[in-house]
Amino acid sequence: MENRIDSLFKYKSGTVLSVYFTAGYPNLNDTLTIAKELEANGVDMLEIGIPFSDPLADGPIIQNSSKIAIQNGMCIELLLEQLITLRKHISIPVLLMGYYNPMLQYGVVSFLEKIAAIGIDGLILPDMPIEEYQENYEADFKRLNLKNILLITPQTSDIRIRYIDSVSGGFIYVVSSSATTGGHTDFSEKREAYLSKISSMKLNNPCVVGFGIQNKEDVKQVGKYADGTIIGTAFINAIAQGELKQQIKNFIKTVSHDTAVRT
Amino acid sequence: MKTQYHINDKGFYGDFGGAYIPELLHSNVEELLQNYKTVLNDDKFKEELKTLLRDYVGRPSPLYYSNRLSQKYGAQIYLKREDLNHTGAHKINNTIGQILLAKHLNKKRIIAETGAGQHGVATATVCALLGLPCIVYMGETDIKRQAPNVEKMRLLGAEVRPALSGSKTLKDATNEAIRDWINNPEDTYYIIGSVVGPHPYPDMVAQFQSVISEEIKQQLKEKTGNENPDYVIACIGGGSNAAGAFYHFIDEPSVKLIAAEAAGKGIDTNHTAASISIGTTGIIHGSKTLMMQTSDGQIVEPYSISAGLDYPGVGPMHAHLAETGRVKVIAITDSDALSAGYELCKLEGIIPALESAHALACLNHISFKEDDVVVINLSGRGDKDLETYTKHLPHGKQN
Repeated sequence: MENRIDSLFKYKSGTVLSVYFTAGYPNLNDTLTIAKELEANGVDMLEIGIPFSDPLADGPIIQNSSKIAIQNGMCIELLLEQLITLRKHISIPVLLMGYYNPMLQYGVVSFLEKIAAIGIDGLILPDMPIEEYQENYEADFKRLNLKNILLITPQTSDIRIRYIDSVSGGFIYVVSSSATTGGHTDFSEKREAYLSKISSMKLNNPCVVGFGIQNKEDVKQVGKYADGTIIGTAFINAIAQGELKQQIKNFIKTVSHDTAVRT
Repeated sequence: MKTQYHINDKGFYGDFGGAYIPELLHSNVEELLQNYKTVLNDDKFKEELKTLLRDYVGRPSPLYYSNRLSQKYGAQIYLKREDLNHTGAHKINNTIGQILLAKHLNKKRIIAETGAGQHGVATATVCALLGLPCIVYMGETDIKRQAPNVEKMRLLGAEVRPALSGSKTLKDATNEAIRDWINNPEDTYYIIGSVVGPHPYPDMVAQFQSVISEEIKQQLKEKTGNENPDYVIACIGGGSNAAGAFYHFIDEPSVKLIAAEAAGKGIDTNHTAASISIGTTGIIHGSKTLMMQTSDGQIVEPYSISAGLDYPGVGPMHAHLAETGRVKVIAITDSDALSAGYELCKLEGIIPALESAHALACLNHISFKEDDVVVINLSGRGDKDLETYTKHLPHGKQN
C-alpha cells in the first residue's frame, strides 16, 4: 500500500492542514477522541506528540502539555495501546512526534515495528542525528513503509537543505522562524522571503511549514509557497479548557479556509 | 598520544557523547565545531588566555600540602586550591576561555546556565570584563538556596532569569539556556559550564579546565620530584573540575583517579544525584551518557544538598572513564560531605564548597599507604554554602 502521506500530497489540491497535539493531554484518554474530531473537521494529517520530560525544541505551551500528560500517566506503552484501534476510526495520515530518548529506552526497532502495525505513517524525531538514522534505522523505516520526517530552519544552509531533502521521507518540516514551538514569529516579510526561497529550490519532498502558525492569515501566507501547514501550540492552547469537541470545531474554523466538515 | 579514553573524530568517548540536537541548533553547534580547534590552537588566543589566567584569575592556583589531613589519614595529601581563583572556584578557567572564543566568533550576547551559581558568577564576571551583555538561567529553587551568588551576578551586570520548569534546578536552567540559543541563533554565544552538552562542548570545556592537571604536574614535580601522584580525587556533577584535574593523568596508568558523585540521602533512596552509580545510558542535553531516568525514558529529578552536583547526568567523558574502569566512582552522601566540610574548616582553616566537600569525604573510603601522594581538587570555596553548613551544624559543635 502506498504510504498515506505520499497519497495525501499526490492527490490533495490546495494546502494540507496538519494539526499537532500531545498524547494524554488534556486528559489521559483523549487521544483518539481528538484524532477523530480533527478528521471530522476536515484536518488532512495528524501529528501526535509523545510527551517527554525535557522537550528542548518546545516552547512553554507544549512543554506544559507534556508535563501534564506525563502526570496523567502517558507513556509509550500506553499510547500504543490507545492507538491499536486507530485505523478503525481514522483514515488520514498519522505521524508520531517525539524525542529520541524515550524511543531509545523502549527499543527503536521494536517501536518502529509496533507503530507500523498500528498504521502510523511517519515519525518526527527532532534530536535523532541524521547520520545515526542512516546508519542504524533507515533500512527498518523503508522495510516498514514508515517516513522519517526531517526539519529545516532559516539557519539551515542550502547544501544541508539538499542533503536533508535527499534523506527525508514524506515531506520536509519547514520551521518558519528561529524559535522553539509557539515562539515569536518573524515579521511576515522575513518569513515570506524565506518560504519563497525554499519554494524556488524545488525540493523533491513536499514542504510543510510549522512553528508559529496561529491563524488564517498565517495559513494563507504559507499556502502561497508551501504544500501545507502544521499547527501545534495554538491548538494546544485552544483545547486547554472547555468542551473538547466544541473547542476543536471552533478552533479549526479559525485557521481553515477551505476545509469543510466531512460527513 | 590518543588512547581509548579520549574523544574520537565523531565526538564520542567510547559509546558516549555525540550531538543529539534538533536541527534548530545545528548551525550554532556546527559553527563552534568548525572553529574551536583552530581558535584554541591559535598562538594569539593562547597568549591572551594565558595572560588573563595569570593576571586576572590568579593562576597558577597553589598546590597546598595539608599537614593535618595527611596526619589524620596517613598519606601525603595535597589540596589543589581552585577555591583561591578569582570568583572562588574552577569555573572561571572555562568562562575566560569561552568568552575569548565568543569574541573571536564576533558574538554580541552571552547566555549561560548555572546550578550553584558559581558558573553564573564566573560568566557574569568575564562578560563584565569584555563588556558583553549576559543572561544567566538559574532554577528558581537554586535562586533561593544560593542567594549570595544571585546578588553577585546582578552586581556584575548580568540578568538572572529563573527557570520555572521541572525541579527548577540545573537541568531546567540548562533546558532554558538551550531554548534561548534556539531563539537567538545568530548573535548569541552559549557558555556551557560543564563537560556536558553536544559535541564539541565536553571536549572544549575539558581542554579549558585541563590547566588544573597541567599545573598539578609541574607543582608536584617541584615539591616531590615526581609529577605523578598516586591518587587524584575530584567531585563530579557534570564533571568539569574532575575533567580538568584528571586530564593530563588519564594516560598515566599508575595514577588512580577517583570521582566523588553526590549520593544525596543515599543511592538507594529516591533522593540522589548519583548518575553513574544508578544511571543508565540515555540522552540528556544533546549528549549520550549515563543518566537518571525512568524505564520509560523520562529524565528523573535529581537531589543533592549541593546545588552544583544536583544534576541527573554526567559528562560523556566521565561515563566512559567510569564504564572502562579508568575512574573509580564513590557515591558520597549529604551527611558525609557535610562532615568532611566541617573537618576541613577545623583542621586547615579552609571552608570548602559543598561540592568539594564530597571529594574530601573520599578520604574515609580509601585505605592509603603512608607514602601515597594524594591530590584532592578543592574546586571551590564555601562562602555560598554558609547557610547550609550552619543549618546542619551538629549540636554542641557551635563554638
